[in-house]
Amino acid sequence: MALTRDQLAQRVAQEFEDGYYVNLGIGIPTLAANFIPDDMEVMLQSENGLLGMGPFPLDGEVDADLINAGKQTVTMVEGASIFSSAESFAMIRGGHVDLTVLGAFEVDCQGNIASYMIPGKLIKGMGGAMDLVAGADNIIVTMTHASKSGASKLLSECTLPLTGKGCIKRVLTDLALMDIEGGKFILRERAPGVSVEEIANLTSGELVIPDNVPEMAF
Amino acid sequence: MSGFDKVVTSYEEALKGLEDNMTIISGGFGLCGIPENLIKEIKRRGTKGLTIASNNAGTDGHGLGLLLEDKQIKKMISSYVGENALFEAQLMSGELEVELTPQGTLAEKMRAGGAGIPAFYTATGYGTPVGEGKEVREFDGRHYILEEALSGDFSIAKAWKADRHGNLMFRKTARNFNPSAITAGKIAVVEVEEIVEVGELDPDEIHLPGIYVNRLIKGTFEKTIEQRTVRSA
Repeated sequence: MALTRDQLAQRVAQEFEDGYYVNLGIGIPTLAANFIPDDMEVMLQSENGLLGMGPFPLDGEVDADLINAGKQTVTMVEGASIFSSAESFAMIRGGHVDLTVLGAFEVDCQGNIASYMIPGKLIKGMGGAMDLVAGADNIIVTMTHASKSGASKLLSECTLPLTGKGCIKRVLTDLALMDIEGGKFILRERAPGVSVEEIANLTSGELVIPDNVPEMAF
Repeated sequence: MSGFDKVVTSYEEALKGLEDNMTIISGGFGLCGIPENLIKEIKRRGTKGLTIASNNAGTDGHGLGLLLEDKQIKKMISSYVGENALFEAQLMSGELEVELTPQGTLAEKMRAGGAGIPAFYTATGYGTPVGEGKEVREFDGRHYILEEALSGDFSIAKAWKADRHGNLMFRKTARNFNPSAITAGKIAVVEVEEIVEVGELDPDEIHLPGIYVNRLIKGTFEKTIEQRTVRSA
């Protein structure tokens, strides 16, 4: 079975370590905040200028001056700090954020990522995605393994305009967890009940299948 | 106005000298921390042909979206413009130009513009459409592109609290692009919620010194929320 959105978020959260500063993109990455283990401290960075983002506010706590990068009203945890956009991207560009999780349209086995623009459709912009992929060392891309029509999104070469070049080392899809090394996808884990063959059939870029590919455990 | 006193009493005076075809650097992220009354004054003045650097372009009927109604903007320099139907229409018809700039690069362009740094190298955008035509250099085995600083004829920004010298404090994530935007304009105009007497702000708690601010005005703010998200108790 392909992973649900919640399972994807849960698997992302398994990458968290105590004391990590983490930037979570919009969508499934944001859901991962719901699965931070109780015995672990993780500080969420929101690139509009907040370190220590808390949950959505209660109805009476809503503050127009306190939003996240998706323009949603949020709260701050104890120990939070506020800074300018320039400072925010200095900490991103300077490699101070321990883990970045974001979505994509396509990833290829050279570590390229395309996530912001589909030619012919309206271009809304890259927001902070280009800075995040260029600045972070530890990035997880979350996406579905294939399109609804069954076309692989894990390619030998991205077809869409790039968000970043050679910067992705780990991809989590609804079917598999993969690393990217030496121009190849390396299959590390598979979703429960999903076969290696199924993953191989839906992976267009070169895939290395180790002898033992464990199922993800939740 | 005298000495270091930056306070002006009307929005007309605050934007005196703003003319057609000028470049404006604006603070704000989405509708958070935008100089909403200064934008309304630009609309009232009917200034046209403007180039505006701002992370976003407002929404329909709010923020910079107001200036699209009368086609006052010629070009936007932004990282994300997907929240505005009028923007899309004018972009498609060619009446409006947009230079999409990664968010961190945009912030750094403003910071550099205000700090006398003409250009800087960044890995952001290398090998992407953003890097096309830009100088590439390799440092320690990594590729970087050269991005030029941004400066404007005017800066417009919003802060929370100021003293009469224009020493500023911002509130929560309404800080965002505001401090950097202020430094990047030849004439920096800041609207605030409260102006206090000189000496009332603790110098250690000032976020941006008044040296960057030319005109200061007290306003009242709607603070429109784009995505009101709440949790249940």
